[in-house]
Amino acid sequence: MKYLDEYRDERIARALAAEIVQRTTQPWVLMEICGGQTHTIMRYGIDELLPRGIELVHGPGCPVCVTPLETVDKAIELSLRPDVILVSYGDMLRVPGSRSDLFRAKAQGADVRIAYSPTEAVKIARANPDRKVVFLAIGFETTAPANAMAAWQAKREGLSNFSMLVSHVLVPPAIRALMVSQTNRVQGFIAPGHVCTVMGCTEYESLVRDFRVPIVVGGFEPVDILEAVLMLVRQLEAGEAKLENQYVRSVSYSGNVSAQQIMTEVFEVADQKWRGIGLIPQSGMRLREEYAAFDADRVFDLGEIAVDEPAECISAQVLQGLKKPPDCPVFGMRCTPENPLGAPMVSTEGACAAYYHYRRHMVAS
Amino acid sequence: MSTKADVEINFELSCPAPLPAKDTVLLGHGSGGKLSAELIRDVFLRALQNPVLARLDDQAIVNVNGQRLAITTDSFVVKPLFFPGGDIGSLAVHGTVNDLAMGGATPLFLSAAFIIEEGFSMGDLRRVVNSMQQAAAAAGVQVVTGDTKVVERGKGDGVFINTTGIGLVPDGVELSADRARPGDKVLLSGFIGEHGIAILAQREGLEFETQIKSDSAALHTLVADMLGITREIRCMRDPTRGGVSSTLNEIAEQSRVGIEVEERTIPVREEVRGACELLGLDPLYVANEGKLIAIVAPEAADALLQAMRRHPLGAEAQIIGTVKKENPGLVTMRTPFGTTRIVDMLAGDQLPRIC
Repeated sequence: MKYLDEYRDERIARALAAEIVQRTTQPWVLMEICGGQTHTIMRYGIDELLPRGIELVHGPGCPVCVTPLETVDKAIELSLRPDVILVSYGDMLRVPGSRSDLFRAKAQGADVRIAYSPTEAVKIARANPDRKVVFLAIGFETTAPANAMAAWQAKREGLSNFSMLVSHVLVPPAIRALMVSQTNRVQGFIAPGHVCTVMGCTEYESLVRDFRVPIVVGGFEPVDILEAVLMLVRQLEAGEAKLENQYVRSVSYSGNVSAQQIMTEVFEVADQKWRGIGLIPQSGMRLREEYAAFDADRVFDLGEIAVDEPAECISAQVLQGLKKPPDCPVFGMRCTPENPLGAPMVSTEGACAAYYHYRRHMVAS
Repeated sequence: MSTKADVEINFELSCPAPLPAKDTVLLGHGSGGKLSAELIRDVFLRALQNPVLARLDDQAIVNVNGQRLAITTDSFVVKPLFFPGGDIGSLAVHGTVNDLAMGGATPLFLSAAFIIEEGFSMGDLRRVVNSMQQAAAAAGVQVVTGDTKVVERGKGDGVFINTTGIGLVPDGVELSADRARPGDKVLLSGFIGEHGIAILAQREGLEFETQIKSDSAALHTLVADMLGITREIRCMRDPTRGGVSSTLNEIAEQSRVGIEVEERTIPVREEVRGACELLGLDPLYVANEGKLIAIVAPEAADALLQAMRRHPLGAEAQIIGTVKKENPGLVTMRTPFGTTRIVDMLAGDQLPRIC
């Protein structure tokens, strides 16, 4: 398959790995931001191909994992109302809220449906005028344009039974928050290629400048990851800090301008809580005032749901790259994909789930 | 959309409370994954415990007057009822015939029970039943008894079908998921993931264009050809819901062995690979309805592979792996990069990823 096979080619991968070994003279801590990249690293065993000195830590770029507990609880509460159809991306359904999850709500009679695209939710709203259709609009800059498009379309059509429960997060403020944290260990970032396909690279220039940290925009296949690591190692070994683009087949410098326009039309930047991390100023997006009629938070008057979270799992440290999932005392014991204690164990992009699914034989030994 | 707020974040520890005890049946309990296994163990086996049931094979094999009789039952709730490559009627025959065949049995007779929703089209029902008849005739089995129930509108989903099958197991054939031994080879009869992707492509909200047809087919003649070559086959399974990974995990678990498969040997059609890439699914977890996995003695593997490839349903057969004594209960995969990863059994259904 074109654009896939060449990026999974073992000879190219081995050659890149050999060059990384050759160039590495001292230990470096690198973070891949996106959960999709973490998934590839675990699935293909990329970290096993790297020299010991190169440590890959896994960033907060799993949209399912960082969606606040409150949002999950709100979605569950809404789904249980008899007049509501709750539409969601598939992997949100198993994410534990404070008391239940959407699968359990469905078993209790909630009308919960999986969609691949938010415009499906608009279609469902059109087909069910007597029901209120709520789309659980979560994700990074990758899902934001399509989610914005759904709200825009609903507004244009005057659909009064469609709304979105929004929990949108932005990558650059999260990198900034990691860099200013006193516990930070990360010396170079692989930036998320799909986010940059939408947003372009400009936002990352200031991060490179302000923190003198190398950033390479990277893709998601094994060869992409290895090439991005090599580009970071070259910079670090040479004492440089530049923004580079490894994922040139998808990412342009200015990104997808039409996608950015629809996002700006529908959303505005706002403070945002990240599950496992906490509140990061100006790190999320909410619907603009003009779209208030499509904002489930305002339409349904959900109020603030206060949630107590016991500090048993270490997802906060995992999402900041301070600890690896196997460092958690309950990893694979009391916390498994069947009974997840934290969101990173749920999503296929979550770091804990990636270790559990692909690596626990090595963890045990 | 960038920010300049360089304030230090007070990273708080947060984690959700554990979920309450499992007091409700979830869709995942029917997925063929870990939740299904738990349900069988904690509810069904606990109440109905007996040595035959405890074998947890696709069919029960019981002795009746010196004859070894294979019995199996399966319910079909597929949606849509008609899909490229088959329909619920042909599937209900193939599924049960295959469960008998995986025990090495020659399928003989089937029962068919219909649960029909009030208002269901009589024309569609005829279509389904005719398709059953054709599939049964082609497989050389007869539907010799049946039952019909009609439920109120909204209490069913068109039509559900249960089929039970019986067959005879020839002397010297001993197939069971607890018989895999270190050194054994793992054979797979052909391209994986076709049934699941054909169905998924038709589902509401997920429609996409594909030429993929379900692989729904009766496998008993392929099995007969294999048993004609050698009896050194330890076990056979058809990797239906939960896909190849669930089947291999079940065998690894029941035989207390490790199974290592070679990623590059697993046959996946380009169209299935493409659909899986697009949907964020792994073909190893996608359902098949006309494929089998056989665990065989190493010395018999090559002859069996050739025999399978001579049969139209095994033309693309491959040796995909080896049984190991290391990592009992686990299935691992050698990637093309020479690294190893686990091929896990999923908790419930495979979920489409967000991005």
